[in-house]
Amino acid sequence: MSLELKNVEKKVGIDTHIHPTSLKLEKNTINVLLGSTLAGKTTLMQIMAGLDKPTSGEIWFDGKNVTGMKVQKRNCSMVYQQFINYPNYTVYENIASPLAITGVKDDEIKQRVGKVAELLKLSAMLNKKPDELSGGQQQRTALARALVKDSDLILLDEPLANLDFKLREELREELPKLFEDRDCIVVYATTEPSDALMIGGNTATLLEGKVIQYGKTLEVYNKPENLISAKVFSDPPMNIAEITKRGDNCKFTDNNVQWKSSAKIKDGTYKIGIRPHNITTYKEGNNSVEINGKVQISELSGSESLIHFTNGNLNWVSLSNGTQQKNVGEDTKLYMNTDEFLYFDQNNRLVNNG
Amino acid sequence: MNKTINQKAWYFVIPVFVLVAFNAAIPLMTVVNYSFQETFGNNVFAWEGTRWFKQILLSERFHASLGRQFTFTFIILLIQIPLGIAIALTMPKKGWGVPVCLILMSMPLLIPWNVVGAMWNIFALPDIGFLGHSLNAMGFDYNFTQQPGDAWFTTILMDVWHWTSLVVLLSYAGLNSIQPAYYQAAEIDGASRWATFRYIELPKMKKVLTLAILLRFMDSFMIYTEPFVLTGGGPGNTTAFLSIDLVKMALGQFDLGPAAAMSLIYFFIVLLVCWVFYNLMMKNEAQS
Repeated sequence: MSLELKNVEKKVGIDTHIHPTSLKLEKNTINVLLGSTLAGKTTLMQIMAGLDKPTSGEIWFDGKNVTGMKVQKRNCSMVYQQFINYPNYTVYENIASPLAITGVKDDEIKQRVGKVAELLKLSAMLNKKPDELSGGQQQRTALARALVKDSDLILLDEPLANLDFKLREELREELPKLFEDRDCIVVYATTEPSDALMIGGNTATLLEGKVIQYGKTLEVYNKPENLISAKVFSDPPMNIAEITKRGDNCKFTDNNVQWKSSAKIKDGTYKIGIRPHNITTYKEGNNSVEINGKVQISELSGSESLIHFTNGNLNWVSLSNGTQQKNVGEDTKLYMNTDEFLYFDQNNRLVNNG
Repeated sequence: MNKTINQKAWYFVIPVFVLVAFNAAIPLMTVVNYSFQETFGNNVFAWEGTRWFKQILLSERFHASLGRQFTFTFIILLIQIPLGIAIALTMPKKGWGVPVCLILMSMPLLIPWNVVGAMWNIFALPDIGFLGHSLNAMGFDYNFTQQPGDAWFTTILMDVWHWTSLVVLLSYAGLNSIQPAYYQAAEIDGASRWATFRYIELPKMKKVLTLAILLRFMDSFMIYTEPFVLTGGGPGNTTAFLSIDLVKMALGQFDLGPAAAMSLIYFFIVLLVCWVFYNLMMKNEAQS
């Protein structure tokens, strides 16, 4: 079982919502679509589900061409950002609804709903209506409706975006477990890189209707094919600066910070990407270099400190562990872990991927 | 906190008091005044207690017009609410059709009520009116000025034409506020069109429909101008709804006492029905 998009393109009027995309999702995998709003995540999912038809290209499922096949005939389910449940059905009736429509027997419905409700901790509220539940419980109900069906394809469109922080964390931890021993393909759309990292599986980075990179989540994170993919998969935003390399010596174009690089790349000018957590107020790794900065913004979140600073003409974002109290306007020293630098060539392709 | 005391602020409130007094409280008190007394003109009043109220409540004439009123309101609600929802469901949701439909729908609502009455009067005239003439040409014996059934038919048709739009516009607004994801979820479940309507659209429209029913109830229960111009309450008294009957009693016969008592009873009926209806709807709301 696999879901394959072959050169799928979606145009609406003169706007291209999805540029020709090919993607193959395998059975028993969780696949994260990572991209900002309007990147085309929802459109792509609707095409996968059959809610929307591609302008050109084909969709193959399980070795069969299902392009244009209606959503009712495919065995899929979807969970949305908004908590979508039938308003005047109870939680039980809501979860049972996909089964009842397809004519499953009452005994079996009861048993399956009970099982899913337990999994999602809804057993105590089966007789309540969605309005009486908290946001988290409403979304659990929607998830239960998606799970009860034994779908081949489960689509989750930013399911945690409307939940408050604590509920989001809680449900995010549970999600991968829910799909563990299911015979299905899960697609999970999100705007947040941390979601992708926590869920694991595979990730596709998206920008403006294009799939930039698809692969194992950690690989995409550690070895982004190109600068765009690296930017999409970085939060807080990645620092990007131009450097020149001569022999082992590297130097930023805009300041005098120098370091030795073991990267096996030719001499020349490159762009480097530095994730904020690789610039810290303390030394990390064996090959760190010092950089001076004037503090612009300092945000403490308890376990982490986000410091924005300037060095010459460049703005930098750093993320350190613990509470690092800095005052705005203060001159400070920070350290960059040069082992974690990502080098991109003039075509924005990653070059130190060895 | 220290409150500043400034009695001059009353000057800003007084105009509202005066206005409300003139257009609500004083006329209402006049009616209350008349309803408990007998008047012979020249400002001579005699105390009558609850006599007029008893007289009205026991009068067959009042029972008959109240019955006609409830029948009329019931029929038009029964037609306008489902028809309004049905039209709203078929209206386009995007594109150039939206403004066209909205403008067409608002038209009847913008026409002055007596003009609506006059229009339909001429439209339905059996000899020269388009509707009346056509019906007769088709072999129907139609004459709304002489046959009670035809008079009712025409009055109801006129009200449906005039006011269904309101229900349409409210339902349309309610439908448009439903997120597309709901329809997609239903589609994925394989829900039928009817199930989608019954379990998504109808519950989501509940609030605007409550409002639509309340508005249409109050308006139709107090209807005066249109039937007055169309049929004048006739033939006989067959389309004399409460307000028409009331005006006949007050101004035609100059029975001010009974007319005042009837106004108050009328007012309390409207209030009571609205209160009961609203509470029933809200009680359901609290449960769900």
